[in-house]
Amino acid sequence: MEENLKSTPLTEEHKKLGARIAPFGGWSMPIQYEGILAEHVWTRKSASLFDICHMGEFLLSGDLKKSGLDDLVTMKLDGMPLGACRYGFILNENGGIIDDLIVYRLAQDSWMIVVNAATTLKDEAHFKKHLSSSSSLKNVSDETAKLDLQGPLSAAVLESLLGKEIVKLSYYTFSKFDLLGEVNIVSRTGYTGELGYELYASPAKVKELWSAILKDKRVKPAGLGARDTLRLEMAYPLYGQDIDETLSPVEAGLERFVDYDKDFIGKSVLLKKKTDASLKRMVSFAASSRRAPRHNYKIYSGGKETGFVTSGSFSPSLSCGIGMGYVDKDLAKAGTDIIINGGGSRIEAKIVKKPFYKHGSAKTEVMRGHSV
Amino acid sequence: MDIPSKLFYTKEHEWAKIAGSEATIGITDHAQHSLGDITFVDLPKAGKKVKKGEQFATVESVKAASDVYAPLSGEIVKVNDSLAGTPEAINKSPYEGGWFCVIKVAQESEKNELMSDSKYKEYVEGLH
Repeated sequence: MEENLKSTPLTEEHKKLGARIAPFGGWSMPIQYEGILAEHVWTRKSASLFDICHMGEFLLSGDLKKSGLDDLVTMKLDGMPLGACRYGFILNENGGIIDDLIVYRLAQDSWMIVVNAATTLKDEAHFKKHLSSSSSLKNVSDETAKLDLQGPLSAAVLESLLGKEIVKLSYYTFSKFDLLGEVNIVSRTGYTGELGYELYASPAKVKELWSAILKDKRVKPAGLGARDTLRLEMAYPLYGQDIDETLSPVEAGLERFVDYDKDFIGKSVLLKKKTDASLKRMVSFAASSRRAPRHNYKIYSGGKETGFVTSGSFSPSLSCGIGMGYVDKDLAKAGTDIIINGGGSRIEAKIVKKPFYKHGSAKTEVMRGHSV
Repeated sequence: MDIPSKLFYTKEHEWAKIAGSEATIGITDHAQHSLGDITFVDLPKAGKKVKKGEQFATVESVKAASDVYAPLSGEIVKVNDSLAGTPEAINKSPYEGGWFCVIKVAQESEKNELMSDSKYKEYVEGLH
């Protein structure tokens, strides 16, 4: 199973730092360095650097409508300014989620598309099948490395390294910067709920960039373990776990990333699903103890099975078990008591409003609010 | 890796410190290190009788839940209740503050089926 794992240009750096390395999405990735809890807490109060080189990237040139791009994704891209990026989904004909992704508008007719690692080839095939001949799509994943710097001090750290232009980036925008002699994209995006940036680089440059950022004592490396608990505290979905091709944005409660005013693949089915009361709904729940709900544990209410857990963990910020999962629509409201059973454990929990962690700095106004 | 002498060990990485008819039990430094940050422990209540090799506790780390097996048969006479609020004591001090329970040993001869520190060290090194 593990023989064909890809490794990132930073693997040797991770080994030097004593990381635990494990397979994820077809890649050999650092899961933790010092420990998941310590890395989680550090990200929430300072800044952490993550190797995210495994993600997939495509470059697309073509007109939004004529290329077919607009039909391929659910979010509104028409009218999106240059330098903005937006989160959304690729759906199949049944409204099932093929992947979640972020689209960057590089120029009027030029786009960067960032997708999940395990789905990169599937997505590429899907795009190529549906894009018109007037466009060209290039899978640049192998030539694209990526680092995430996340945490309330990330703007201050990047300002000392790259200059003060960086603090002008607002949430979900990007610009090109001189990254130690290489001009590349930095976007103010992330997967932790904290103020943060994603830095794109060539595989040849990324090691120098990694080392330069880690020289700042406010920054520590963090692995995919902490990335997972951080995103879970924000109730951000993880593709392949919380959302997949059998589930649509309607069940997943992610319709704010769907523009029903335009046409897209899967739209007619989504419209039907909206009124289908038999479909389950994604909920977030907090346990009454430190015990963690886990993927595939069953959810009960009033003695009846009502759903299943898709993600769960101990929450370092809340000091209790938290999770996400799907339950029958009539029970999917904050305040509902549920019982979670699995792995020989019985966990009492309550459905709560997302996010679990409500003090994230992601949308902080860096220019006005946070002087750096 | 810390493997104190005079303790006895199992292949499932539990330890037993035997004093007279009682044994204090817990999980080893190797076990806590493999599990990573421990976030929850489910311990039996005092008075429960356990058989050697039987699951008697559960530990959860951020990533997974794992069963813990009784290294010896007997009755649980004392439980480390402080682990409920501070399970990280198992990571910090697996042989002292992170002890799980005290068992009143039913069959002293079972001790002979456990590994000494040197045998356990050999065993753990063989796992890599």
